[in-house]
Amino acid sequence: MLKSKDLLGIKELTAEEITLVLNTAAGFRDVIARDIKKVPALRGKTTVNLFFEPSTRTRTSFELAAKRLSTDVINFSVPTSSVVKGESLIDTAMTVQALGADFIIIRHSSSGVPHLLSNKLKASIINAGDGINEHPTQALLDAFTIREKKGDFKNLKIAIVGDIAHSRVAKSNIYSLTKLGAKVRLIGPPTLIPRNIEQLGVEVFHVMEEGLQDVDVIMMLRIQMERQDKGFFPTTEEYVKNWCLTSKRLSFAKKDAIVMHPGPMNRGIEITSEVADGASSVILEQVTNGIAIRMAVMYLLSGSRK
Amino acid sequence: MKILIKDGHILDPSQNIDCRGDIIIEDLKIQEIILKPGEQHQRHKENIRADKIIDANRHLVIPGLIDMHVHLREPGFEYKETIKTGTFAAIKGGFTAVCCMPNTNPVNDHESVTEFIIRKSKQEGFCTVYPVGAITKGQKGEELAEIGTMKNEGCVAFSDDGRPVMNSTVMKRALEYAKTFNVPIISHSEDLTLSEGGVMNEGLLSVKLGLRGIPPEAEQIMIFRDILLAESTGGGLHIAHVSTAGSVKLIREAKKRGVNITAETCPHYFSITEDAVEGYNTNAKVNPPLRTFYDIEAIKEGLADGTIDVIATDHAPHHVDEKLNPFDSAPFGISGLETALGLCLKLVQEGVLTKKALIEKMTVNPAKILGLNGGNIKTGSLANIVIIDESKEYKVKAEDFVSKGKNTPFDGWTLRGLPICTIYKGIIYEW
Repeated sequence: MLKSKDLLGIKELTAEEITLVLNTAAGFRDVIARDIKKVPALRGKTTVNLFFEPSTRTRTSFELAAKRLSTDVINFSVPTSSVVKGESLIDTAMTVQALGADFIIIRHSSSGVPHLLSNKLKASIINAGDGINEHPTQALLDAFTIREKKGDFKNLKIAIVGDIAHSRVAKSNIYSLTKLGAKVRLIGPPTLIPRNIEQLGVEVFHVMEEGLQDVDVIMMLRIQMERQDKGFFPTTEEYVKNWCLTSKRLSFAKKDAIVMHPGPMNRGIEITSEVADGASSVILEQVTNGIAIRMAVMYLLSGSRK
Repeated sequence: MKILIKDGHILDPSQNIDCRGDIIIEDLKIQEIILKPGEQHQRHKENIRADKIIDANRHLVIPGLIDMHVHLREPGFEYKETIKTGTFAAIKGGFTAVCCMPNTNPVNDHESVTEFIIRKSKQEGFCTVYPVGAITKGQKGEELAEIGTMKNEGCVAFSDDGRPVMNSTVMKRALEYAKTFNVPIISHSEDLTLSEGGVMNEGLLSVKLGLRGIPPEAEQIMIFRDILLAESTGGGLHIAHVSTAGSVKLIREAKKRGVNITAETCPHYFSITEDAVEGYNTNAKVNPPLRTFYDIEAIKEGLADGTIDVIATDHAPHHVDEKLNPFDSAPFGISGLETALGLCLKLVQEGVLTKKALIEKMTVNPAKILGLNGGNIKTGSLANIVIIDESKEYKVKAEDFVSKGKNTPFDGWTLRGLPICTIYKGIIYEW
């Protein structure tokens, strides 16, 4: 059982709850590998995708997960212009609930929006990414993928590389992996790693080759081009020279290390094609596992709501 | 009408009065103060005749408080607050004079706006309103506003509050120019290039909440710049809403060197830390942001040793709908007039300040800095007096605020010490 009706973040979950989601997802992983990929578990329920930020992958993944569980799915598209025109966020969400939503999957550019809605709504709120705060289902699918490949989290060394400061994926993964017992390292230029973050129980490296030494898992993050304009690093070229995951840098990790990326990738910037398409890459498996994880989350939350 | 305030504990730091006594008010003015030290208090004037007798019952009787930093929102943002509602909140909080910041619409950067505010406050206001004029036209930080003309119209100080003067040359000119008219420049100290996008204090908590941080340096760099400019120009500088330990240190050192500066802090900066933001509480979103325990301790030290001269509220009322926005887009500000005194008295209860030192920072000190008449209980001056029941405990209820702004992080707090009576120009408000 999950304690809350909502999935707001990994910060709010215990290690046991994370493990429960992973175990539940394992069952759904088998379901979606079948020829008939659908179960009637949540038939009659309604899922609304409420995305205030553009997203194709996450929205599609949630939509598929909801459909595989036999819920009705509505994509409530919120062009930013209509929000500017006046309807408040809470009014929009209340409207969606009044339409009969049991699950509201929300993505918003401001941190804390799922928390704001969770206080106001009876529907289960699932955070599909809020500002620079969290992206919990991404971290859960990452943990699922790692567990599938490595078995156990204890004594695993996991490096997260890139723009930690602005990455909700990194934040959720830091909470999740430290709770599960892995040793987490962050690698990137100091301008993209918040001060004080060591207090979350992680190690910080700035030189890629040092940070990658003997790691079991490498998680690359997408580099947003606008960070360069804001002066977080001087040029993309210099970023590539120092922090792009190349085959040579990959060789500093353990022989059987796996390479992950939440997508969409900037090939040739944070990761070379050689590595992205190489034998160590599990990037496409992450995508498939995402559906199973999201099914598990919805299924478990439906149980906590009763 | 003749009013007698009977048997109060009169505390007026400006005259060093701290004694039991009676006050007689006639024709809006204080006619006589009868101090009754020691055992002789029953000696005379037992039978003063008055139209209205207020039994102060040994409660604290102090000069009406002066808040040198409020936002009354009028003209332009009457849905947040008006001169009428804001000054009524002031009276309820024990203030008989407030200084309103110029970030209205239009900005108070012209004598016509100053004239409007003063006229409106005389028509509808419950207490005295002293406008603070903008340093620069439109608060754009580019060209100086007509400081001399606005002073003649009634502005008592100049500030681009809410929008710092980023251009150092403009700030230097303002400090130089204002000397002619003997008015202080109030610095809202914030380096916008460092605070850009920030919505709370920068630190571990901002990382945890995924909110962008405003580092303490954003405040300190500008305070240091303005200290240096005040030092070289000799202009009068007042630092608004000090929030960090580093700021206190910079101001203390400058004062030691003899720089002509004064400083204020606000109740929220010594009462709560950034932890109040947890759960994305937009009522704890304020600029400068709530800081850490370490900063609170330093601000208390600064208050105790006189580095910080004034406690002001930075009363910043907002509409409830605005504070229901996501944290990033909710406006900065706390509605502070109606909780200030209770929070400040905690400083006395905790032994940080003596009663006298506290009242000084809320009466005579702001009066001195701004060159105002008031902040005292003197024979012949206007009867602006507050009676405080120091032992009365009460629960803060935002919904009961008379200010339009119910945005407070102190909702539900239990405070001790409440104004039970505010007298403004002889008009009595009893609660």
